[in-house]
Amino acid sequence: MADWVEPAVRQGRTSFMNDPKVRSIVLQVVALVLVIVLGWMFIDNAKENLAAQKIATGFGFLENTAGFGISQTLISYSETSTYGRAFAVGILNTLLVAVIGIFFATIIGFLVGIGRLSKNFVIRLISTCYVELLRNLPPLFQILFWYLAVLSAMPNPRQSISIFGEAYISNRGIVVPRPLFGEGTGLVLWTFGFAVLATVLIGAWGRQRREETGRGFPTLWIGLGLIIGLPLIAMIVTGFPITFEKPELKGFNFAGGMRVVPEFVALTVGLATYTAAFIAENVRAGITSVSHGQTEAANSLGLRSGYTMRLVVIPQAMRVIIPPLTSQYLNLTKNSSLAVAIGYPDLVAVFAGTTLNQTGQAIEIIAITMGVYLVISIITSVIMNAYNKRVALVER
Amino acid sequence: MSLTFDDGTFIRSEMQTPLPPPGRNVGAIGWMRENLFSSITNTVLTLAGIALVVWILPPLLRFLFIDAVWTGNNRDACLGAEVGACWPFIKAKFAQLIYGFYPADQRWRVNLVFLIGAVLLVPLLVLSWPHKRLNSFLFFVAYPILAFILLTGGNISASNFLLGHFGLLRAVAGDAAVAGLQFGFWLDFVITAALCVAVAYLIGRLAAGSGRGAATMTAYVFAGFGILTFLWDVDFGLERVETRQWGGLLVTLVIAVTGIVTSMPLGIALALGRRSKMPIVRLLSVIFIEFWRGVPLITVLFFATYMLPLFLPVGVNPDGLLRALVGVALFTAAYIAEVVRGGLQAIPKGQYEGAMAMGLTWSQMMRLIILPQALTLVIPSIVNSFISLFKDTTLVLIVSIFDFLGQLRAAFTDPNWATPVTLYTGFAFAGIVYFLFCFGMSRYSLFVERRLNTSHRH
Repeated sequence: MADWVEPAVRQGRTSFMNDPKVRSIVLQVVALVLVIVLGWMFIDNAKENLAAQKIATGFGFLENTAGFGISQTLISYSETSTYGRAFAVGILNTLLVAVIGIFFATIIGFLVGIGRLSKNFVIRLISTCYVELLRNLPPLFQILFWYLAVLSAMPNPRQSISIFGEAYISNRGIVVPRPLFGEGTGLVLWTFGFAVLATVLIGAWGRQRREETGRGFPTLWIGLGLIIGLPLIAMIVTGFPITFEKPELKGFNFAGGMRVVPEFVALTVGLATYTAAFIAENVRAGITSVSHGQTEAANSLGLRSGYTMRLVVIPQAMRVIIPPLTSQYLNLTKNSSLAVAIGYPDLVAVFAGTTLNQTGQAIEIIAITMGVYLVISIITSVIMNAYNKRVALVER
Repeated sequence: MSLTFDDGTFIRSEMQTPLPPPGRNVGAIGWMRENLFSSITNTVLTLAGIALVVWILPPLLRFLFIDAVWTGNNRDACLGAEVGACWPFIKAKFAQLIYGFYPADQRWRVNLVFLIGAVLLVPLLVLSWPHKRLNSFLFFVAYPILAFILLTGGNISASNFLLGHFGLLRAVAGDAAVAGLQFGFWLDFVITAALCVAVAYLIGRLAAGSGRGAATMTAYVFAGFGILTFLWDVDFGLERVETRQWGGLLVTLVIAVTGIVTSMPLGIALALGRRSKMPIVRLLSVIFIEFWRGVPLITVLFFATYMLPLFLPVGVNPDGLLRALVGVALFTAAYIAEVVRGGLQAIPKGQYEGAMAMGLTWSQMMRLIILPQALTLVIPSIVNSFISLFKDTTLVLIVSIFDFLGQLRAAFTDPNWATPVTLYTGFAFAGIVYFLFCFGMSRYSLFVERRLNTSHRH
């Protein structure tokens, strides 16, 4: 027994590095220091570079005269306006494309999405082809196609395609009648606003009545009647103050009317049809997510197929559809920056393009441009999170 | 067979064979009545749909095949009243669309890169093919290095490492070079590496009692970096081809593959960072991810082209393509991070707890238990991100890098081929190419999804 050796217990001091708390603090400090050092290096280099290239700094340039024209402006703008004004024009143009694109993308997307679930073989086939084709081609390719191959190939203004003699499509874009607001327009607009408000209130009341008594209320028809009828009466009373100035062919181009530049048309059509393909898939996923038992239960309660869709399936599907739908809206808004490829004056083209070239203040301009898109994204996601919280299934 | 009695009663003793269903309810007619003409609305829709197909399809086929011009040497072949697609235009511009202005006698290098890529990619995509680990290593690590050497010509002439910046060693080594390797740089590198390993050892020793781990780690990092630099620095005798000369499908694929290869590790790291319990790491990851996801890719490319050079030391002006690649990689990494995070969240907590109970360290747990499951789960989403990336490569034409679409646009301006159908032919060809790539990827992702689903069915 003499050669029994006590097993050596490793006494080695437990390093404090093995303490998870210490380790995590050290790691985080290192990460923070790295980021700060990197940022400091960037700022230092930027200072040197700016000094070497003699580029001004600060946001003073926003007050300077821009000196370039913009082909489409929603607010008054001329070459003598400031860069700040050009920035505002750019944002408004971006938002215009986004809003109109979203409007059409939603309509096309829902139609195609429902079409993909149709029992009708032909409709299903067409919808599927639409989705697969548009989803698998780059958006820039599609916008260039619309711009170069479709709109530029339109006839010149003399041979332009007329739509009931009111609007004309040519290679210079689309001209539509311009509304002229005469005296008494205010009243018409007020009645219109009132009709919309009334419709919303009636809709809320109708919904409440349906929840309580089970009897529906034809909100849609009454609302439509109000919204069309009231302003019409107001128009008749005030003697039709809103008139339209028809575009007319004068020489080689149109005079009068409102001209929509072809860049805008190409961008909006391209983005709307592209995004619609994705929306269609979201809609399809949403509708298939509602279990078939819901439809069967609705049928056995005696609901007609239209009601089944409107009162049972769609409300449940919307919960699934809306979150990806908003992210598609956001994508469309971000993709509107492709405008720069065809020369539509959106935020990127006007500000990060022309203004950057003229002033050379890359850091300020790109930071502002990115900031605008970030603000849009953040606002959207905040609204989205609030909505998700509201509609989330409350489970026990 | 039936029984008839004297009083005239009649009893049937067998079932009559059922009549076949009415002809209008079965077969093609029945199917059509059921599916196409079941109601008035349905009939109208069917007819409208058929009208649409008839309106689009025959003219399209006529344009692409029947009326198309297949031979010719210049625009004269495609002039005419009823001329379809002008395929000789594509044939004449084919090299430009694929290689850009890559020197004609060097194009075998591009072809070789394409070939090796395909040979490595196919077994990676076939799920049942063995040796996935080796294959991934070859495709994600070895292939990019090789492709870089082949495409640029390697021999990057590394001249200054860290010590060189302080003006040291230059006098000792001079400008002597062997096989494209500058003696001064490598002396500098070896000394710096040795110094850093020693420092790591000391720090480890003081802080944790043993410096071996830290020293080995540092040595590995330097060894990896050294091998990479060595390979890129050796003169293999390949002619140098500037990235300005690259173009066409080559640039499209370079951006796509670089984006994929660089964004995967970065994205995984960011996803782990976002799921981490350390507040500062999590905050930094969230800021990084949400920033890149919140801005359009074009602004990222503008950032990389105009703003990034200002942040680098004076005089350092990286290559235009490289700048775009950095932008694309950072942008894609943010999206991949969110996809991977989805996978990580889908792994049940029991897996984490089981791994910890086995005494695995955090990195072992992630490497061996969590990530393999999480990544397999999100393969379809990752492929979808890559489809977006592939489509987004077109945007580089805005910062004057001529990818496939950019070269196509440039080809339109050639007066030798200026015909009314040139534009449509070009768009048709490019559309088919992009569609094949993207559609192929999306079918693959569906296939994987289905395969993985069946394996989970009990």
